Amino acid sequence: MNTTSQPPVLAVNGLEAWYGESHILQGVDFEVHSGEVVTLLGRNGSGRTTTLKALLGLTDRRSGSVRLFGEEVISLDTYRIARLGVGYCPEERGIFSSLSCEENLRLPPLHRGKAPGLSMDEVYRLFPNLEERKRSPGTALSGGEQQMLALARILRTGSRLLLLDEISEGLAPVIVQTLGEAIKELRQRGYTILLVEQNFHFSSALSDRLLFMESGRIIETLNPDELDDNTDRVIRMLSV
Amino acid sequence: MDIFGVPSQALMAQLMIGLVNGSFYAVLSLGLAIIFGMLHVINFTHGAMFMLGALLSWAGLYYFNLNYWVMLLLAPVVVGVFGIVLERLFLRRIYKLDYLYGLLLTLGLTLVIEGVVRSIFGVSGKPYGPAPISGVTDLGFLIIPNYRLWVIAASLTACVLTWYGIERTRLGGYLRAATENPKLVETFGINVPVLISLTFGFGVALAAFAGVLAAPIMQVSALTGQTMIVIVFAVVVIGGMGSIAGTIVTGVALGLVEALTKVYYPPASSMVMFLVMVLVLLVRPNGLFGGKE
Ligand SMILES: Nc1ncnc2c1ncn2[C@@H]1O[C@H](COP(=O)(O)OP(=O)(O)O)[C@@H](O)[C@H]1O
Ligand SMILES: [Mg+2]
Repeated sequence: MNTTSQPPVLAVNGLEAWYGESHILQGVDFEVHSGEVVTLLGRNGSGRTTTLKALLGLTDRRSGSVRLFGEEVISLDTYRIARLGVGYCPEERGIFSSLSCEENLRLPPLHRGKAPGLSMDEVYRLFPNLEERKRSPGTALSGGEQQMLALARILRTGSRLLLLDEISEGLAPVIVQTLGEAIKELRQRGYTILLVEQNFHFSSALSDRLLFMESGRIIETLNPDELDDNTDRVIRMLSV
Repeated sequence: MDIFGVPSQALMAQLMIGLVNGSFYAVLSLGLAIIFGMLHVINFTHGAMFMLGALLSWAGLYYFNLNYWVMLLLAPVVVGVFGIVLERLFLRRIYKLDYLYGLLLTLGLTLVIEGVVRSIFGVSGKPYGPAPISGVTDLGFLIIPNYRLWVIAASLTACVLTWYGIERTRLGGYLRAATENPKLVETFGINVPVLISLTFGFGVALAAFAGVLAAPIMQVSALTGQTMIVIVFAVVVIGGMGSIAGTIVTGVALGLVEALTKVYYPPASSMVMFLVMVLVLLVRPNGLFGGKE
């Protein structure tokens, strides 16, 4: 939590979004500051994925205000938003089957005019499995490897804000741990991270703040140290 | 020497023609498959673009005194730019709709293009005059006009370069990725709409390139594209959309099959493609090299 002088990395005000006629986001407001790790928690269908997509202009329609690094992006095309320095790791991971592991990793171009991200060596140090699977086609990788690849691939580009959708979902504990360690290291390196999670044990250990979503709105904001006093409410907000 | 009752000289000559036609099929179906992969549009204008390439090379020679070699470069550029304009003005609007709309739209555009060409040039074929490469080569078992050798070499080179560009370069990687998941590729900061325009432009430029190659050995008319497009559709269906190399191989192979039929059972030569198509679809509904789609 630093920098009152700099604008927030991400400032969202009154964000609404639609898929066709379905009005999904009903006015979302939050800020993420430089170097913070913030988690969006909520039940399935509460609108967390849609929030990430709306930030990137991937929903059918959206309104309100999204400021990235101080710049209004609500009417920008997706590729222009990305070039401001945003990396997105989608829930379905999006590994390309016609590309090898290494081609997937090298696919996203480095952002022009931005400080470079991690080098290939650094990426492979973070995720040694990926180096062993270099030549394998993207879809021959295990679920855990695909998840690491989807995360690793946006670390080289110079993106400073990472939007990560349910990276711990459905993975073995050791892989979840590797991913947790990676998030910690990225945070130390000054990345700003917005996580979407359902697993709040995973995220509370990593985050500066937890935002709870329901029906397309943020209904509560807690710091990790406030969790113990609010266990019952948290469980109610996340259980089905 | 006879092979199944046909003199080997005659057989070889037909196979040679089959190889030439097969080269055209390969170049055309390659462009069609790339366009379909990226735009999900079955591009009916492809035959008309082939015809435009041929006609431009003829017109360049007779109206502007631009020789074959100049037009071989210029015509694909002109047609490619024309394609990009069409993509921006029309095709862009229908990507979210069913395949049928793309087919109807490009069919409509084809009729307009052919109609305009017809009203300017008429329907009779335009003889190109002497081929730009003269002479023959004696291979011992067969005497071949050099120009036909050139056509085969140039077509296959274009195919191999295209394959290389798609499978081995960075831009090709974007193209393959965007074919799978355009939205995600856009979140990497890649301008996918421009990539789509360029893909369409490149695909029709390939068709025009084949058209220029064909001009000296086919009588080009406003309707040349029609016969071509029907055969090329069959090639693409038989080969399937899954593999670049597969499309090329299928194009050449079907040119040869067509030629053999001409030798051994001429009445079937114009329908053998469609017979093969039906048989292949019965066994492999996604085509010989097709993935799942
Ligand atoms: N492509 C879509 N078209 C229509 N409705 C959708 C689409 N994707 C998600 N939804 C709906 O939007 C709501 C929020 O979904 P989502 O953002 O995926 O929730 P979460 O990520 O929190 O589980 C759900 O009710 C879901 O059914
Ligand atoms: Mg989700």
